[in-house]
Amino acid sequence: MFKRALFGVFLGGFLGAAALAQEPKMGGIVNAVIQPEPPGLNLAMIQNGPTQMVSGNIFEGLLRYSPKLEPLPGLAASWTVSEDARTYTFKLKPGVTWHDGKPFTSADVLFTIGMLKETHSRARNNLTQVEKAEAPDDLTVVFTLKQPFGPFLGIFEVGSMPIMPKHIYDGTDYKTNPYNNAPIGTGPFMFKEWQKGSFIHLIKNPNYHEKGKPYLDEIYWQIIPDAAARSVAYETGKVDVLPGGSVENFDVPRLSKLKDTCVTGAGWEFFSPLAWLWLNNRSGPLANKKVRQAIMYAVDRNFAKDVIWNGLGKVATGPSVSTIKFYTDDVPKYDYDPAKAKALLKEAGYNGEKIRLMPLPYGETWQRWGEAVKQNLMDAGLNIETIATDVPGSNQKIGDWDYDIAFTFLYQYGDPALGVGRNYITSQIIKGQLFNNVEGYSNPEIDKLFAEGAVATPDSKRKEIYEKAQKILVEDVPVAWMLELQFPTITRCKVKDLITTAIGVNDGFRDAWIDK
Amino acid sequence: MLSFIAQRIVKGVIVLLAIIVLNFFLIRLAPGDPAIVMAGEAGASDKVFVAQLREKFGLDKPLPEQLFVYVKGVLTFDLGFSFRQQAPVSKLILDRLPATLLLTLTAFVISLVLGILFGVLAARFAGTFLDTAITVAALVFYATPLFWIALMAILVFSVWFDWLPSFGYETVGANYTGLAHVLDVGAHLVMPAATIGLFFMATYTRMTRASMLEVQRLDFVKTARAKGLRDGVIQRRHVLRNALLPVVTLAGVHSGTLIGGAVLTETVFAWPGIGRLMYEALLQRDYNLLLGVFVVCSAMVLIFNLITDLVYRLVDPRIEFAA
Repeated sequence: MFKRALFGVFLGGFLGAAALAQEPKMGGIVNAVIQPEPPGLNLAMIQNGPTQMVSGNIFEGLLRYSPKLEPLPGLAASWTVSEDARTYTFKLKPGVTWHDGKPFTSADVLFTIGMLKETHSRARNNLTQVEKAEAPDDLTVVFTLKQPFGPFLGIFEVGSMPIMPKHIYDGTDYKTNPYNNAPIGTGPFMFKEWQKGSFIHLIKNPNYHEKGKPYLDEIYWQIIPDAAARSVAYETGKVDVLPGGSVENFDVPRLSKLKDTCVTGAGWEFFSPLAWLWLNNRSGPLANKKVRQAIMYAVDRNFAKDVIWNGLGKVATGPSVSTIKFYTDDVPKYDYDPAKAKALLKEAGYNGEKIRLMPLPYGETWQRWGEAVKQNLMDAGLNIETIATDVPGSNQKIGDWDYDIAFTFLYQYGDPALGVGRNYITSQIIKGQLFNNVEGYSNPEIDKLFAEGAVATPDSKRKEIYEKAQKILVEDVPVAWMLELQFPTITRCKVKDLITTAIGVNDGFRDAWIDK
Repeated sequence: MLSFIAQRIVKGVIVLLAIIVLNFFLIRLAPGDPAIVMAGEAGASDKVFVAQLREKFGLDKPLPEQLFVYVKGVLTFDLGFSFRQQAPVSKLILDRLPATLLLTLTAFVISLVLGILFGVLAARFAGTFLDTAITVAALVFYATPLFWIALMAILVFSVWFDWLPSFGYETVGANYTGLAHVLDVGAHLVMPAATIGLFFMATYTRMTRASMLEVQRLDFVKTARAKGLRDGVIQRRHVLRNALLPVVTLAGVHSGTLIGGAVLTETVFAWPGIGRLMYEALLQRDYNLLLGVFVVCSAMVLIFNLITDLVYRLVDPRIEFAA
């Protein structure tokens, strides 16, 4: 029943997208929820979700990405790639100014590269392939790579590489620069006020470089720490936008049925969040591939999708999400089969050793999922003990490899070289760090394939390499892939064109308008 | 009296230092630190990144050195810097203090006045329907979890009737001034203040009633009656004044915890106060901020205990200040 209703509202969302032809109307205020409160708004130094969501309105990247992950102009108006795929030339948009009126030039881009190498972990990794960056004139930036790097054009969205103002940060201590909490960007909205604990207020940038945009006058990001209170805030009309993940999943069906409410799962194509269970491959029963395969058969992932995630998302087939490049579903399949799980455990010689399961402390939905998986695993004959902890505790334990099974979800950033390889290659087994190969899986063939895949040309060659890697990984089950997650964004239907690119709400509200 | 106060202040400072040292180590016993939290939120954590964060938070230094630096700071009224929030801790606390004081003092004053009033009424009409009604209501409010009352209040008064705002301190973006602003904040204050106040009110009602009934049985009350004093005078001047001593004690204890005691209510109602600041600092392992809130809360408890002792003297002149 609900699935049908949800399908209806999704359809509503898509039809809303079809209303692009409508003439946007100027003016209006949008109230959106932000949770948790961002620690700061300097996107070069803080990359957590809320900071990206607010600051994506203030800062911009060189490129933006369509839902199909094709690059679109951002601060760069155009770009060319040399034949040897080592030189990328970006022509910057002329006439762009910072919010304080200073002109934006290629010097800002070069400064940003230096700054991000110091402050932005993901950008630092993404830029390791860059041999040099030059600015032959004010509106041109040339990147020369050490070798061809397949996903290079995919590293320029605003969260991955926000362009920072040189005149504000050059020569200052980045950590204590007063503009960290009152940022100056080139984006469609300007920072106005931040009442800590209450709201962040952004106002329209009247000199924005896309003529006529933005349409909205103001955005208020309301800080409401309790999930139930966020639902009520929407229900009582106090907020118009609930970005993905703002409310608990069990509230989504109820809110979706409210009058003039549209729901969409769009806007996560770039991040492609994939949920899985870390399986500590190092010792104990989980070092045995058959036990890991048994876990894949033991967990009812369709139940998780239909009941815990209210039908949102998709059962994962392997290490790549179906929306990113070079995905294949031509891999071994693990349908829910408790009998097969039991047989595999018997074959593996498992005899009831205790296995610790750590759910993700991200709220009620994840708690329920933890309980469901525990029940599945116990039904298959595994002796599971749940470990409860908070976010810092969970991070610490995972980073220190002090777990047996632990929930997680990670972004894939559109390309296996950016967001998949890091979880399976041997060089990424580094204690004390998160999001790398914390399961301790090591396979020289996989190492070789991911190393080749990142630099191979053309794409057909990369496809061949990554498809092979996916098959091997799915056979070995280094981690237990669960669901391709979908975080629905809930809005009043009068808020149009809120999500137009692959990073959704994080790309700012430049296209959004209110149909009054 | 002055020497009493001076001695209490000296003792208070020693207790405060002990609290700081204890808390300093206690919060570090919890797994995870601010660097690992921020690395987690960033979705990236290479060695350089985590090391940079640890250096930024001063966590790369030996523990005794970190403690020394912190205590030295506190003694010069410097509560440190929250790198997580990118602001001095004292500023963060002072920014949130007015909202918390408004909430908790409103709740406290109303609960104290109404609690004593209902307690007196229940005692005065002991055994009647009114007494039973007050006692049962007090028991219900005393036993019901705060968060449940808060959520039910939101459901009834915000969702069903749309009478009161469900979150925040004021209507964001309305830019009210003058009386309109006062009324707006007042409307936002009703539910959170009632949520906290109902529990305290129930406590004071029960305490006042029990204490009044106990005092009423004492000989000096009989003497007063024998003297021919009017009942109202006996209740007010003899019974209530003596019965209030345990209520003052309890109110003293409560008032000290008011600053940080509204964590749940502030979270549910998105009230931008100290309780929420502390809760978020705990989840983010923002050590400086967390310690700063603890220091302020502990200092408040000590100050209010001192005030309670002084009020004792006013309520009951027989009590003397003993150093």
